[in-house]
Amino acid sequence: MAGIAAFGAYIPPTRLPLAYLAGRPAKEGGPEKAVAWNDEDSVTMAVAAAVDCLSGMDRDCVDGVLFASTTHAFREKQAAALIARALDLRGDVRTADYSGSLRAGVSALRGALDAVSGSDAENILVIASDCRMAAPGSALEANFGDAAVAFLVSSENPLATLVGSHAVAEEIVDVWRSEGDPFVHSWEERFVVQEGYLPQMAAVVEGLLDKTSTKIADYARVALYAPDPRSHAALTRKLEAAPRTLEDPLFRKVGNSGAAFAPLLLAAALEAAAEGDLLLVAGYGDGAEAMAFQKCGEGRASGPSRGVAGHVARRRTVASYDRYLKARSLTPAEWNRGGDPGLSATVHFRERDEDLGFKGQRCRSCDAIQFPCQRVCESCFAKDDFDRVRLSDRRGQVVTYTFDYFFPNPDPPTIVTVTDIEGARVHLQLVDCRPEDTRIGLPVEFVFRRIHEGGGRPNYYWKGRPIDPGETA
Amino acid sequence: MSTNNQGIRDKVAVVGVGCCAFGENWNQSPSDMIVDAAYEAYEDAGIENPQQEIEAVFTGSLYTTKGPFECSDALKLFHRPVTMVSNYCATGTDAFRCGVLSVAAGLYETVLVLGYDKPKDRGVSGPSVMMDGVRDLPKTPAGWFSLCAATYFEKYGAGREDLARIAIKNHHNGTLAPKSFLKREITLEDYMKARIISWPFGLYDCAAQTDGAAAAVITRADRARSVRDDPVLVKAVSIQSGPNPQKDPGNDFLSWKPSAWAAEEAYGQAGIKDPAAQIGVAQVHDCFSLTELLSYEDLGFCEKGSAKEHIADGAFELGGRLPVNTDGGLKTFGHPTGATGVRMIYENVLQLQGRAGERQVSGAPERMALSHNIGGHPTACGIAILGRD
Repeated sequence: MAGIAAFGAYIPPTRLPLAYLAGRPAKEGGPEKAVAWNDEDSVTMAVAAAVDCLSGMDRDCVDGVLFASTTHAFREKQAAALIARALDLRGDVRTADYSGSLRAGVSALRGALDAVSGSDAENILVIASDCRMAAPGSALEANFGDAAVAFLVSSENPLATLVGSHAVAEEIVDVWRSEGDPFVHSWEERFVVQEGYLPQMAAVVEGLLDKTSTKIADYARVALYAPDPRSHAALTRKLEAAPRTLEDPLFRKVGNSGAAFAPLLLAAALEAAAEGDLLLVAGYGDGAEAMAFQKCGEGRASGPSRGVAGHVARRRTVASYDRYLKARSLTPAEWNRGGDPGLSATVHFRERDEDLGFKGQRCRSCDAIQFPCQRVCESCFAKDDFDRVRLSDRRGQVVTYTFDYFFPNPDPPTIVTVTDIEGARVHLQLVDCRPEDTRIGLPVEFVFRRIHEGGGRPNYYWKGRPIDPGETA
Repeated sequence: MSTNNQGIRDKVAVVGVGCCAFGENWNQSPSDMIVDAAYEAYEDAGIENPQQEIEAVFTGSLYTTKGPFECSDALKLFHRPVTMVSNYCATGTDAFRCGVLSVAAGLYETVLVLGYDKPKDRGVSGPSVMMDGVRDLPKTPAGWFSLCAATYFEKYGAGREDLARIAIKNHHNGTLAPKSFLKREITLEDYMKARIISWPFGLYDCAAQTDGAAAAVITRADRARSVRDDPVLVKAVSIQSGPNPQKDPGNDFLSWKPSAWAAEEAYGQAGIKDPAAQIGVAQVHDCFSLTELLSYEDLGFCEKGSAKEHIADGAFELGGRLPVNTDGGLKTFGHPTGATGVRMIYENVLQLQGRAGERQVSGAPERMALSHNIGGHPTACGIAILGRD
């Protein structure tokens, strides 16, 4: 039976207190939303969620990657292939992007379940990730948040199996973003909810219940997309879902994470579910799509996973609204007179294993691990006798560091380190760390982030991040 | 490696030096500065007809895209070899070395060495933040050279106050050098209050960014006395390459390997056994204050880890045991990359000939004078040692 064998999540640790939007200072424990920082986007968040999902697994088992988002940086160029490279997956992996609709996350999940049922593939990684921009000062700004979630869909040893699914399509201009426009727009809220959200979501859930001969009361967890908290409450009243079964939509903690939203709530529901529980997930956008799952086992994950709860708990507050605006490039900035360095796409291609896959090499003669890949061994001078090794899932230690205030950064300084990774020395940025917590010997793990926009394109690379004290092995 | 490392000593002499005024030379082109520096050196060497007397040119620049033609065209030195050398911050010293080797090999009698750079035409106040590779981090020199600070401070207990004394010293020396850019004393308070560029470097730990050019005329030692009474002899000139410390598994971040290696080579050539005693004046690469501090130790002026005590004693100040950066160094001249090594040779020649005015180190002419550049990540070092006879 096709189902979900493992899942993981990523919520950026940076939180914007909603009080800032009203011009008030932040209050401890007050409402907030998760925001991707300037070196994060839907692709980096997707990689982080996938790493969380695949923890401890042999990545060669992955046959396909489906990436769902409304906010991939390229109009023409696939994100799933880049993500597959960053995850160091097999070269013959199938990849596709689902985009253009808020519903893309649940649609991709359904697509993967279909592919696995049809035995086209055994294991498909589905990742939904979104980083939608609301115009500063708009009503949408307070509700939007950024997040990503990943599922390994498989017929082998699932932790939850698909019980049934249903979809409806509708044409309505309620929430949209056009070509060249950075911001999402919405038609009048009452129209959107009364003619779009409520009838479509009710229809898809009722259709699913009919198809599966179940009642809403049969479900232990109900995970529903909603544009805002009020609409969520209105829909649950209409469906007569018991409040205790509702998956917390995380408004005022994370926010509406677009194409990732309903799948993220499904992941949270899976975390809380007991064996035998029925779970319902429904996503919205140009119609709606719903699925029912039954929790049936422990699944395949063998390593530690932070999941949704772990990521909700891991947080730091943005110092000011202005810093947030700068990080999202929402304030006018001086033209960079350094000019576009015209980064070579040829170099990008040639170094993709190192830059995206974070692959170094191990010398077959002296066993030294080194980065980047070089023809002559740094230690024993052997030539062309190396095995490539993945560094991204290893751990490192800070050898030395500096705080660079000169490098363009919305929240200076940039922490720059030389980090030791099992003998290899790598010049790496350190993120999600305060200068006062930076020290020689600090243990770090590695995260995939944006590094710069040379060549007029987003460029991605790995950075160090402190390992949570509780997580040091 | 076995090298005939004394083969170069006393074979070549410097018979003329020149240096343009370093600064934000908005109204000068590279050619203008090249001409200022070269013609001062011609005059110093008694060259009246350079088009006939200069047989070859070795020039160095990091920023130019025009190659050696920029220099040959400015000076109208055609129908002869003009070569451009590039070796990061050691470019000027390497151009000097190539000129010295060519004279020692007997190829030419009179050679012009000219280093220059014009970074202020780029429209940015500091060095560029360059990104020419996908995984390139902030490529800021301050970010590279500061990587020894956390480690050195932790091991030897030094701190920003020790760096401050170097900056204060160099600012003072710069007030005494007519061609320096910054002619302003600073106080400890100025130093501590300045904004941080890349910890622990604040504004006053960093070299200024300027335009400049410097030149030297060299000839065979055996004919130097026919040019002038007080020629300066080349005792040693070394260049060493080193691994990128950012990926070198063996780096301890307490010293820069190329400095120690280049010093070892140069001291061998010059026959120096006790650098602290035999060297009377030194120009060392103070792109950042910590680079100067590490150089005291890497060049053997004092023991590893002991620099802060010698700084506190004033050992490297004018009037100290071994005055360093007597003209204010990169701190006050700025660092037009190709020019710097030759500008240091200019200062050392003046010191050896007793022509350094208010900043003259007494006793300098009786001992040897060292100049030192280190650059890249840093990955290259060049040293030149000069002496009277």
